[in-house]
Amino acid sequence: MSTDNPPTSVDDGEVEFDATEVQALRERVEELEESVADIDDGDDRKKMTIVATQGSFDMAYPPLILASTAAAFGWEVVVFHTFWGLDILHEEKSKDLKLSAVGNPNMPVPNAVAALPGMDTMATKMMQKKIDDNGTATIEELIDLSHESGVDLQACQMTIELMDYDEDDFYDGVTTGVGAATALQHMSESDIQLLI
Amino acid sequence: MSSEYQTTETLDVKGQSCPMPIVKTKQAIDDLEADDVLEVVATDSGSMSDIRGWADGTDGVELLEQVEGDDIYTHYVKKTER
Repeated sequence: MSTDNPPTSVDDGEVEFDATEVQALRERVEELEESVADIDDGDDRKKMTIVATQGSFDMAYPPLILASTAAAFGWEVVVFHTFWGLDILHEEKSKDLKLSAVGNPNMPVPNAVAALPGMDTMATKMMQKKIDDNGTATIEELIDLSHESGVDLQACQMTIELMDYDEDDFYDGVTTGVGAATALQHMSESDIQLLI
Repeated sequence: MSSEYQTTETLDVKGQSCPMPIVKTKQAIDDLEADDVLEVVATDSGSMSDIRGWADGTDGVELLEQVEGDDIYTHYVKKTER
């Protein structure tokens, strides 16, 4: 065993460190503790952004159900409605959303029949009845519920103008005057991003 | 279907389906104090998995028990903090 590099001093088996070294380590620990505390101080709520692009009766449900449930988890939720998705927030149109009988392979009728006049209305009525029987909430109830629980329902400004809608056409509490950049900014901060 | 828990309040969501049992449970819990126990009575079979998932993923609540009866699903949720 070499004795070339003996410990600085040995006292009851404990190694004594250089005082300045200990001080430097202590300062470093304090520094790290502070930065950890800063991270903890941040908003640790999960964030979710949903982009709702569809305005048919069946497609209006998934964004609203997910948004209101996420709010029950305490998450911060934004639903950005664009193109046909805007109709979900349109007070008048939301009460008259239609289910398409054409192009839906789950419909009990062939496309040629589904394309006949009145078939969309019939398919919508059938679905509406199923929803009532099942105790599933209406679109309006889900919008109220979402607003009550702090969900930010946004209406894309470009689409409002494209569709020739008025800001007053939408439910109270709907955020207008927002565009793709606002949506992207929230998406970049979100844990979950969905396009529906 | 009595339970050993001292239930503070009972929430009846019979006949309501997803997402209502969860959303209503959250609202009822918000109105309670710490250590209060909420009894949720539902007919939605999905509420068994949903209430569990919600309680696991939400701070300040603890799922005490779930009782599966005859088409009735009863959940006991305790509020652990304000």
